[in-house]
Amino acid sequence: MSTDLTTTPGVTSSELLAVVASRELAARRTVFAGIGLPTLAASLAHLTVAPQLEIVYESGVCGAHPSHLPETIADAVLITGAEAVLSMPALFGYVLQGGHIDVGFLGAAQIDKWGNLNTSVIGDWEAPKVRLPGSGGAIEVMANSREVFVVMRRHDPRSFTEELDFCTTPGPDRAREEGVRPLGTGVTRVITELGIMARAGVGEELTLVAVHPGVTVGQVRENTGWDLAVADTVETVRPPSDDELRLLREDVDPDRVYLR
Amino acid sequence: MWDRSTPRTPRSTVDKTMTMREAISSFVHDGDTVSLEGFTHLIPTAAGHEIIRQGRRDLTVVRMTADIVVDQMLAAGCVTRLVSSFVGNSSAGSLGELRRRVEKADPAPLVFEEYSHYGMICRYLAGAQRLPFYPLRSYGGSDLPTVNEGLRKVTSPYPGPDGEPEQVYVVPPVNPDVTIIHAQRADRSGNTQIWGLTGVQAEAVYAADKAVVVVEEIVEDEVVRSDPNRTVIPSHAVDAVVACPRGAHPSFAQGYYDRDNAFYRAWSGISKDRDRLQEWLKEWVYGTADHAEYVSKLGEEFWDSLAVGEAMSLPVNYGRRL
Repeated sequence: MSTDLTTTPGVTSSELLAVVASRELAARRTVFAGIGLPTLAASLAHLTVAPQLEIVYESGVCGAHPSHLPETIADAVLITGAEAVLSMPALFGYVLQGGHIDVGFLGAAQIDKWGNLNTSVIGDWEAPKVRLPGSGGAIEVMANSREVFVVMRRHDPRSFTEELDFCTTPGPDRAREEGVRPLGTGVTRVITELGIMARAGVGEELTLVAVHPGVTVGQVRENTGWDLAVADTVETVRPPSDDELRLLREDVDPDRVYLR
Repeated sequence: MWDRSTPRTPRSTVDKTMTMREAISSFVHDGDTVSLEGFTHLIPTAAGHEIIRQGRRDLTVVRMTADIVVDQMLAAGCVTRLVSSFVGNSSAGSLGELRRRVEKADPAPLVFEEYSHYGMICRYLAGAQRLPFYPLRSYGGSDLPTVNEGLRKVTSPYPGPDGEPEQVYVVPPVNPDVTIIHAQRADRSGNTQIWGLTGVQAEAVYAADKAVVVVEEIVEDEVVRSDPNRTVIPSHAVDAVVACPRGAHPSFAQGYYDRDNAFYRAWSGISKDRDRLQEWLKEWVYGTADHAEYVSKLGEEFWDSLAVGEAMSLPVNYGRRL
């Protein structure tokens, strides 16, 4: 989807998504984040709504104090001066599976109405049209984080689909169907260029709760591949404030590494 | 009586140092299962290149994050089976050769066993402890068990918090013929020290029948023994120690050199075009006798661009009996 649908002049889609996601982190304590938009969102939240926020990286770094903006989850600047660096068994076993993460950030090529995700293939797994990177730690982030935020740049019917080509990363609804009991509630927020979808927990489907200024409910439904539920009152997302934009541009990512 | 002035006489140690060429020819054979670990940090690239130079075939490669070095080994025709939980060029794009193999069986099909990160970690944990399986709270509702028969579900022998028996997925152990890792330093017998991201290297080494440790530098025994907590892998688990400075490029070695982000970005373009990729292998792997030649071919000016400054850890006092 193009950025034309957003009407805040001079604000890029990365800035918009980062600001909106940062607000959702209010009062959260620990966030499991990848590099890119989740880092921007978490760093901005740290300066605004969630000063106590701790970012835990998939590489094992906890309490990073980077001298420069990290380029990967394993950037050397995340490690020098960090509070702790854990081995993989400790990070995935004790921190994630042990239930220490409040919010996990995930992206995906496809999502369905229950917040199940596909990051493996487009087409058939055995002979895919496109081979995607696969789960990485997403399965564990979904199963074990208290809640999961999904940030997706593209909002179109192929990505927001009734039927996933392949379910790499299931939400707890699918897990419970076969008697497995994950700790978390699965996806609770999906943030896109068109608006915000929310889901309170197991058994609920994603519901449109907010649109960006200039975006209509109809446009969001047209660009969603299932019959999207809409909240009784759909809010209009408050555009990024001057303060939020200044912090993002001057403090969080002054070299515009991710603020494309 | 202990001698109070000097420590006990050190036990006799075996010198396991060898060249990369000797280590690969001794410990990696056609048809072997080879684990290469290093989570973004300390990726054993130079070892992968030597496997390519020696023309190994029909390997099963086990690697959590199959990335550039795996794409290169695929392009060189070394690999028929891949066991992994993430196949991508870090956050910098795609692996061209891997995608051609998987999407079009071009030039040959690739057997691919797909897991998640913790699934792979648990396979190493089971392998290292010689357990028949390892349980984890993942995979419930995923389609992965439908394409990977290694993922199986069992009923817990114990009741869950609600008194009902719980269903839980398990993964099988992995026991590679050989695990190869890169590290910052080791002594001659293989006591290996890593700092920064320690990943899953120790588990992968203990899971394997043989282990090769490639290091930035070989240090005197006293250096290691001055800080034994930094030893991630003790010598009893190590079969060969190879000194290979800058052997993790384009990944990094904390405190030695930084990540070559430009090369990661370039790789997506190189690997997208099969001819370009083959040219790259010809120039940089087949065209260099060993990693030292690869390093000098890149030139000192290039290495200066990846140089890092000092940030020393403060010493700790291990104490000694007076």
